[in-house]
Amino acid sequence: MSLTYNPISSTTLTSAQSSVTFSSISGAYTDLVLVVNGSQTVATNTNMRLNGDTGNNYSDTTITGSGSAASSSRNSSQPYFWFGVMGTGQCVASFHIMNYSNSTTHKTVLHRMANSVNYSQASTGLWRSTNAVTSITLLPNSGNFSSGSIFTLFGIKAE
Amino acid sequence: MLLGILASSTLAIEGDYESIATVTVGAGGAGTIDFTSIATTWNNLQIRAMARTDRNDGAVQDIVTLTFNGDTASNYSDHYLFGDGAAAYSDGTANRASIRNYYVTTAQSTSNRFGALIIDIVDYKNTNKNKTTRTFSGADQNGSGNVSFTSGSWRNTNAITSIQLKPLGGSNFVQYSHFALYGIKSA
Repeated sequence: MSLTYNPISSTTLTSAQSSVTFSSISGAYTDLVLVVNGSQTVATNTNMRLNGDTGNNYSDTTITGSGSAASSSRNSSQPYFWFGVMGTGQCVASFHIMNYSNSTTHKTVLHRMANSVNYSQASTGLWRSTNAVTSITLLPNSGNFSSGSIFTLFGIKAE
Repeated sequence: MLLGILASSTLAIEGDYESIATVTVGAGGAGTIDFTSIATTWNNLQIRAMARTDRNDGAVQDIVTLTFNGDTASNYSDHYLFGDGAAAYSDGTANRASIRNYYVTTAQSTSNRFGALIIDIVDYKNTNKNKTTRTFSGADQNGSGNVSFTSGSWRNTNAITSIQLKPLGGSNFVQYSHFALYGIKSA
């Protein structure tokens, strides 16, 4: 039996870096899951682009718990997803890119961020493109991802 | 098991996370999605889905209901936390006929847009416990939409052998909706 939940690629930063890209992603899977364990040099939103698309084709809805209140926010027609704040402390984040390889539907991302200092956040994002996802770029809105941050991409295959 | 994969970056052992069944809705739509004859092979189940319904009453969002083993009596309850882009909301309902999962898109939504759901059913075969579900779901629609967490309960200690998903507001899931059931083993 073949593996259903497959590690595709993993990157551990040996120095601070302004972006991380997974490219040439095979269409062999059903969903992609990108997991990050790391931090930023500046506490800021984590942006994501798909297929290098820099058009205003991204939007997202977020819910945030700050430790004292729950809130929700939205971004529409943006040049990237505005996902959660990783922060300068340790953070674990996951990004589920659902049905990424189909060429019929717009792409939906479910995202969760567990920031050890400031926030717990979850988002749903929409990329208004029917193209299969072949590359994923994560970039902090300012500053860099810190050295030692680990980015791992998994593929989940439905039979 | 998942954290073990992340920490060690080693390959999962064959069979730890298995694809059980997959449904892709065809042109005629589907009134229900049914996973039946579920074996007791695994410890937990996970459903990963993209869905859109034919609800056509003006609403751009619909709810996906979840029932087990054909039980449609008031043996379910759920609580949710969701954000609609402006505020966070929470509510809960006891003694209802299904677990409700919030929200997917409808016929009123812009074409090609589907909501996403990840539903975890933990310890599904344990005959000493009532069953608990955890759903992470949402649909952004570029100017509207929701992101939600739902916890659900089925007050029954029977092992889960079948699962049914159904739209609440619409009659059918539409073409290209996709539902995949996975089984997860413990060590």
